[in-house]
Amino acid sequence: MSQLLEVSGVSVTFDGFRAINNLSFSIGPAELRAIIGPNGAGKTTFMDIVTGKTRPDEGHVLWGEMNQSLLKMSESRIAQAGIGRKFQRPTVFEDQSVRDNLMMALKKNRSPWSVLTFRPSSADMARIEELAEEIGLADQLGRKSGELSHGQKQWLEIGMLLAQEPQLLLVDEPAAGMTLAEREHTTDLLKQAAKTRAVVVVEHDMEFVRRLDCKVTVLHEGSVLAEGSLDHVTQNKDVIDVYLGR
Amino acid sequence: MTGTFLTRNPSVPIFLACLALFTLAVTMTSEAAGTGALSTSFLKTLGKTLCLCLVALAMDLVWGYTGILSLGHMAFFGIGGYMIGMWLMYARTEDIVTASMANSAIPPTEQEVVDAIGTQIFGVVGSAEFPPIWAFADSLWIQLALVVLVPGLLALVFGWLAFRSRVTGVYLSILTQAMTLALALYLFQNDSGLRGNNGLSGLQNIPGLTAVPQSQLSLWFFWASAVALGAGYLLCAWVVSGKFGSVIRGIRDDEARVRFLGYSVEGYKLFVFTLTAVIAGIAGALYYPQAGIINPAEIAPIASIYLAVWVAIGGRGRLYGAVIGAAFVSLLSTMFTGGQVPSVPLGFYTINWVDWWQVLLGLSFVLVTLFAPKGIGGLFDLISGRRAPDRHGADLGPDKGSFREQEAEQ
Repeated sequence: MSQLLEVSGVSVTFDGFRAINNLSFSIGPAELRAIIGPNGAGKTTFMDIVTGKTRPDEGHVLWGEMNQSLLKMSESRIAQAGIGRKFQRPTVFEDQSVRDNLMMALKKNRSPWSVLTFRPSSADMARIEELAEEIGLADQLGRKSGELSHGQKQWLEIGMLLAQEPQLLLVDEPAAGMTLAEREHTTDLLKQAAKTRAVVVVEHDMEFVRRLDCKVTVLHEGSVLAEGSLDHVTQNKDVIDVYLGR
Repeated sequence: MTGTFLTRNPSVPIFLACLALFTLAVTMTSEAAGTGALSTSFLKTLGKTLCLCLVALAMDLVWGYTGILSLGHMAFFGIGGYMIGMWLMYARTEDIVTASMANSAIPPTEQEVVDAIGTQIFGVVGSAEFPPIWAFADSLWIQLALVVLVPGLLALVFGWLAFRSRVTGVYLSILTQAMTLALALYLFQNDSGLRGNNGLSGLQNIPGLTAVPQSQLSLWFFWASAVALGAGYLLCAWVVSGKFGSVIRGIRDDEARVRFLGYSVEGYKLFVFTLTAVIAGIAGALYYPQAGIINPAEIAPIASIYLAVWVAIGGRGRLYGAVIGAAFVSLLSTMFTGGQVPSVPLGFYTINWVDWWQVLLGLSFVLVTLFAPKGIGGLFDLISGRRAPDRHGADLGPDKGSFREQEAEQ
């Protein structure tokens, strides 16, 4: 099976500290994957590399069927190529309405001129209604997103990601600070999304990962320690030593 | 998102109506209309104020909406003034020179006329040659095009270099200050080709319209300034109303997030920076014929800082705020520095407002920033009942059942 994203032999050093050490990782289209690991294992740095925020010292990051290298592309080009990212802290544009947030994310031409003359068509409005329905914010479209609760902001951000129609979703700790009911909704959203695209979830919470019911990659000190089903990796001795055992 | 552009932006028709009423009132009371309640010099002040409002709009677009604190936009304003000033000075000197040479026995050749104009204009800096930058000074249309092109190109090149290197925040402000300072210092030199610290003068005399009295000319310029301000307001409101407005406000609030949405942040910044430089250039080209003189001191860094102060006091992030701020503060400044406000005798010391105005302005800037960050424009929120939740940066509770602050329920 051809892979959607292939990261091979990537290393990155910050002031002598090796955050990522010869990391290799690949994910196919329409796959759900969880990445776990202790603090400082390089989970966020991994996402930074894929989205173009951090340039690795060595290694390759290849994308899509054309095996395009992502290392030469700017963040915005990578996002346009089909990689969406959700940050740990919900980052929505608080000063703007839920509708404007979604409208901004909607997959459209991103150049200044076409955005300047852009006026939403009824199809766009319908798509936004549909997305809002999916993330449970249908009756909140007119509200400023800064007024939403923490969980709603997280969903709005997931909604914005879906609106981008990316082929790969990188989600950093989606369930942080959520109530139990909110977590269940989030799990459903992610599982639903993974039917049509690749989704990578970075998460601390084992219960949440168990509910995702997918292949798990364990990171430790910047490289892959184990990979497989959750039950498989939790029985791995190395994993128990560095992560679960403590 | 429903309704027309005007119903979605109620401030636009209100602003345009106020501007039209103001223009009408000024026209009725002007000397040209015969009543003379308004002196021509004050009419010029009002016309100049409208130009300052226009450049404040540009500043609001680049700072209030996009979050780029440019402290160099008055340089673009000044360049616009210089560009139109070159034609005004050339054409008027040409008129005078041809008139005086017409009496000589042998009709002057074209070259003799040009040389005579050169001597007239550059005698003051000890030169008689036309520098290359005056190549198009005899053509009104080319100089008008340069009013737009020169600030636009300068902003494009400067912005491209600065934004591409991801210079943001206070570092960018310092860079823009350096740009305007360098430009001012260059223009102060006699061999810069723009008459050094003498600047360009006599700009209030419009060539070909010598028979028209200043009272009438000033009124025309006032009208032109009002039309430019109205058009500028419409343009800015259109730019910030749609998705483009969403994106630039997004850049102001969280640049990295906009980047990960797939928007090229640098491209947008460059677009706004260049557009506002062009608006500033046009405003300058309307301002300086009313002021009558332009010299490099007008481009000094302090001018751009004043511009930021006007927008901050008026309220950034809303277009009418910038206009109100520029009009209010610059008119007050004219009053205070013009000695129209009586001094305050304290017995041991007399507060002379001409000297103390800057202290007052600085103090009010600090107070507005600390206690009323929305500026004067924020007063309109009190009327319309729009209030922001005061959560001191904290999140609301996770769910409906948990603690929510009163403000957020509005």
